[in-house]
Amino acid sequence: MLAFLTSIGYESWVLPTLLALPVAAALVIVLHGSASKGEGTGGLDDAAAMFPRRITLFTFLLEFVVSIGLWWVVAPGETGFRAVVDLPWIRTWGIHFALGVDGISVMLVLLTTFIMPLVVLGGWTSVRTKLHAYHALMLILTAGMLGVFMARDLFLFYVMWEVMLVPMYFIVGIWGGARRLYAALKFFIFTMVGSLLMLVAILYLGIKAGDPATGIPNFAFDQIFAAAAQTPQGGITLSWFGIFVPGSTLLFLAFFSAFAVKVPMFPFHTWLPDAHVEAPTAGSVILASIMLKLGTYGFIRLAIPLFPAAAMSPGMRTGIIILAVIGVIYGSLVAMVQPDFKKLVAYSSVAHLGMVMLGLFALTRESVQGAMMVMIGHGLSTGALFLLIGMIYERKHSREIAAYGGIAKVVPVFATLLTIVALSSIGLPGTNGFVSEFLVMVGSFKTYPYMTTISALGVILAAAYLLWALQRIIYNPLDKPDNTHLTDLNWREIGLLIPVLFAILWLGLYPKPVLTRMEGATTSFVRRVEAGASQRAASLPRGIR
Amino acid sequence: MLLQEATRGVHPLSGSIAEWVWLIPLLPFLGFLINGWLSITSAAHVGPKDPSAAGHDAAGHGDDHGHDSGGGAHGDDHHPVVRHKYAGLVSIVGPAVLLLSFGLTLAIFMAMLGVSREAPFVRTLFSWIPAGDLHVDAALQVDPLSMVMTLVVTGVGTLIHLFSVGYMQDDPGYPRYFAYLNLFVSFMLVLVLGASYPVLFVGWEGVGLCSYLLIGFWFTDKANADAGKKAFIVNRIGDFGFLVAMFLMFANFGALDFLGVSAAAPGAGFNSPLVTTICLFLFLGCAGKSAQIPLYVWLPDAMAGPTPVSALIHAATMVTAGVYLIARSAFLFSLAPVAQLTVAFVGGLTALFAATIGLKQWDIKKVLAYSTVSQLGYMFVGVGVGAYTAGVFHLVTHAFFKALLFLGSGSVIFAMHRAYHATHNHDDAQDMRNMGGLRRYMPVTFILMWIATLAIAGIPVFAGFFSKDEILGAVFARAHESTLAQVSWLGIPGSALLFIIYAMGLTAALLTAIYMTRMMLYTFHGPNRSGEKEQSHLAEAPWVMTGPLVVLGVLSLFGGWLNLPALLPVGPIGVLDHWLEPVVGTATNAVTGGAAEVAHGTEWALIGAAVAIAVAGILIAIVRLKPERLVPKAQAPEEHGIERVLLNKYYVDELYDRVVVRPTVWISRNVLATGVDEGIIDKLLVTWVGTGIPRLFGWFGSRLQSGQVGTYAWVLLIGVIAVLGAFTLR
Repeated sequence: MLAFLTSIGYESWVLPTLLALPVAAALVIVLHGSASKGEGTGGLDDAAAMFPRRITLFTFLLEFVVSIGLWWVVAPGETGFRAVVDLPWIRTWGIHFALGVDGISVMLVLLTTFIMPLVVLGGWTSVRTKLHAYHALMLILTAGMLGVFMARDLFLFYVMWEVMLVPMYFIVGIWGGARRLYAALKFFIFTMVGSLLMLVAILYLGIKAGDPATGIPNFAFDQIFAAAAQTPQGGITLSWFGIFVPGSTLLFLAFFSAFAVKVPMFPFHTWLPDAHVEAPTAGSVILASIMLKLGTYGFIRLAIPLFPAAAMSPGMRTGIIILAVIGVIYGSLVAMVQPDFKKLVAYSSVAHLGMVMLGLFALTRESVQGAMMVMIGHGLSTGALFLLIGMIYERKHSREIAAYGGIAKVVPVFATLLTIVALSSIGLPGTNGFVSEFLVMVGSFKTYPYMTTISALGVILAAAYLLWALQRIIYNPLDKPDNTHLTDLNWREIGLLIPVLFAILWLGLYPKPVLTRMEGATTSFVRRVEAGASQRAASLPRGIR
Repeated sequence: MLLQEATRGVHPLSGSIAEWVWLIPLLPFLGFLINGWLSITSAAHVGPKDPSAAGHDAAGHGDDHGHDSGGGAHGDDHHPVVRHKYAGLVSIVGPAVLLLSFGLTLAIFMAMLGVSREAPFVRTLFSWIPAGDLHVDAALQVDPLSMVMTLVVTGVGTLIHLFSVGYMQDDPGYPRYFAYLNLFVSFMLVLVLGASYPVLFVGWEGVGLCSYLLIGFWFTDKANADAGKKAFIVNRIGDFGFLVAMFLMFANFGALDFLGVSAAAPGAGFNSPLVTTICLFLFLGCAGKSAQIPLYVWLPDAMAGPTPVSALIHAATMVTAGVYLIARSAFLFSLAPVAQLTVAFVGGLTALFAATIGLKQWDIKKVLAYSTVSQLGYMFVGVGVGAYTAGVFHLVTHAFFKALLFLGSGSVIFAMHRAYHATHNHDDAQDMRNMGGLRRYMPVTFILMWIATLAIAGIPVFAGFFSKDEILGAVFARAHESTLAQVSWLGIPGSALLFIIYAMGLTAALLTAIYMTRMMLYTFHGPNRSGEKEQSHLAEAPWVMTGPLVVLGVLSLFGGWLNLPALLPVGPIGVLDHWLEPVVGTATNAVTGGAAEVAHGTEWALIGAAVAIAVAGILIAIVRLKPERLVPKAQAPEEHGIERVLLNKYYVDELYDRVVVRPTVWISRNVLATGVDEGIIDKLLVTWVGTGIPRLFGWFGSRLQSGQVGTYAWVLLIGVIAVLGAFTLR
């Protein structure tokens, strides 16, 4: 396979193509949209409405097919970036159009290209207004997300980070539920504030890494890492408290603010339930499956390895781990009492992502691999949960758990699929959920045994909140008359969930191909951070170690 | 590790039929796939292409949607009973896959007979979770212990599958039932065959899932769905312990497979805090799965499932997984006497406690459920005092006589149900007050149930006598000389605690004899209380149900021959002892110090005491209880005093509800969700970020307030693109 890929020069064009395809498709859709003035129903019989659906689906399927080759490009054991592209972009600012993928980012790229066709199919009939704009925004959003995962230039990373923010704002704000404007605004502002602090840090680093002779900054990852490693001993003394805060800690906090909101870490998570609840199905799925991972990806790609000493200083590390564990327990407890199923899943995301943060900051090879597996697995199972909620919502127009009950009798296929997906979210062995959380905990236990033990209590709570919800939705007496007329899933809906189920079981039963592909990159992450943390700790003045 | 490699290379079983061991769990899994497919395809009506286009007119929908109605074991009283269209195929596939597994197990067993069994035969299929220093293989282990368990699971499993063919024949969810049952057996086999703790855990949680699905099989009844959920969550509390035990093992031993851990564990030292902690966490897992105090509460509720499920999962196989886990981890437990005493004491306490509740239950299945909890307690006493073989022996004999008791009760309920169905009676078909005198209508069930009752009561020659006696004898012997007698447990000397446990065991034996006789008297003796009309419909179940009962009856009668004590040489002595020696022999010797068992005179005295107690229990029940005075449930007077407390199971469920469940939900809802989350965090963030920051940006503030953020967003996007574009093009 690799020989074939090499023969077609795959590595040289694959990443730019993955970015260009959705942008081009978006342009086509916008042009078609401005040309067709028809006020159709937006249904399946509306030819004008079918055009953007079909183009988008085709584009995403093509994206997936194109991206598949990366699986062979990033072979097991690979540690560096592959499929590298590096073009000077804005010379006067030293910005490069530099792309590449390694064992960590390739899995997230593949997750994105895998999920997106399903997202389009999931909203195939539920979105019936402004279809052109909707699909164009989804395409732009995808380009933005892929760009973040592929970027090897810090400024490009930031541009892509912002590019994906705007379409999501509109997707929530236009096609969302009753309180969509509030939710969209909240999402936008929370994310924006964090990002602005990160922008300051990025500019600082870029200038520091630049050529002092010409004054041109440099944002290439390699240079940035070198610059960050030489951050001077300077910093700020908080005179009120008499605490000296080193510069690297300030920079780390700037990145932290952007990523922690995105993850979202407790207590910066309150935008998420609102955004999830109000977003249309596609928005919820993209948010849960991919956008939350951008936060944790930011930590593993930038925040931690850039400033290992600051991130792994005892105070910072313990603090973040405590927040992560609070997220696991708190998220689960709050999820348990939500009357709205989407909100329940939103809070369960807080818990799962807390697990990722625990794994990353526990910093063992097992826990970091586990954290990556949770990122992928959560993308699959929570994405599928939102898809399923969207499907039943399309029929009943209610997300209230109490509005259902006993519907396994009426919609057995829906009930079966919901059960399987929920079980994977609970972490049942045989599904991805078990492998990933087990790895996080078994690894984290080496460095943080007590914190890990507390987080393992989340295992109990996860079963409690999801099985309770499951019972109230698909089991119990079928006592609401209108529920007896619910129609079961159709072939489109069944068909789009089958790949997710397959992935869930595959990652649960035979995760080795994924684990070995990530091993090189995650191991070098752990080694680099360990080395950086001990080295810097040794060089710091005694008082602030 | 070297030893492991060396033994694996030359293992006498390599190349034999044992290489095919993976087929044993796979066959029932295939059965699950087939039956599951039949179930879903027969129940499904694929929805319309466009669900948004508000059409409720899709064909075939509405109340006539008859599949999976889940009304009750034998259809809904208001509908004619219609057999499922795939019932024939399912009836063949479901039991057949089990029978094939059983056959394969027998073949492997035969292959093992002729060769050295000192080292386990590990069949590695593929690398499951390789990450960092962790290497978990998907590997199965063939050794004497796993073979005993596999034989029980597939053997008793086959019988119960056959029984189910009759018992569930009219259920609309027939294929779904067999799919779950097949899946259960598949996971159970992974549990007993797994060669490492994580693989065992796959089975461990998998059987929990199937238990959940089968308890809530008739899910439209909220009580059933509640019971299933409760079982899963309470089991998860135990699983938490199991997980932490695995984390501790990996962090300290660097391995999770049985061979690796057993090689590394002695390095931690005898009676070391580490090993004790690991064992206690493992035991938390066992307490969940095997329904021991304080986590036993799910098992009585689990009786909400179909009765064959209670027989297979909640009596014969799954609930004994905890006992198996401790026997499997004998190398760890023998290093941790304090943990062992904890296991034995909790086991003894559970045996006694559950037996008292069993005295006062009216539901025939509830009596058996508490009896199961109690008998599991015995098994934990056995494995707790390091008498691993005795514990496993009781596990096996219990599987025979308790499966028989449950299936027998299933027969009774089946008969009662049919009678009630025929007469449109809506009384409780499981309440013993509605039964009575059934020996006239179902003589086969009657005789077989008495065999099982005598077996569980510990009457000589019946299976339970030997296994229970072996456990009690071991406790007595350990109190005199063992590592357990020498340590102190929460300040109590080990030997004193062991005597207490022995006394608890004897008392529980007395109570067992009483409540079992009570159940038999009320069900089969005395006058019939089911009603005039109903009596004419009471009859023995079809042969597909009574056949398995007969087989189990024979096993309950002769199962004790598996491990005869030296004192009673009526056949080969200590077969099971000898068979399990390679797995648990070293660990047992570590506890006893190689000391001989008690003197013959003492042993005779112990046996005499046990038999006297069992006989006394039966006599007390016969003398004191008068089935003639019972009245049907509907007319029964309310209970008072201690009887009421026992009937309500000491109000433990209520206690847990008030102390754990409700406060957790209340705090989550009122403190965390509305208080902290919405009240504090969100308010602060929205005030600071949502209002403060925009104000900082002056003019943006007013636009944000007026909902013009869209404009801002577009400006941002276009701005960024324009600036970058300008530079790019230059």
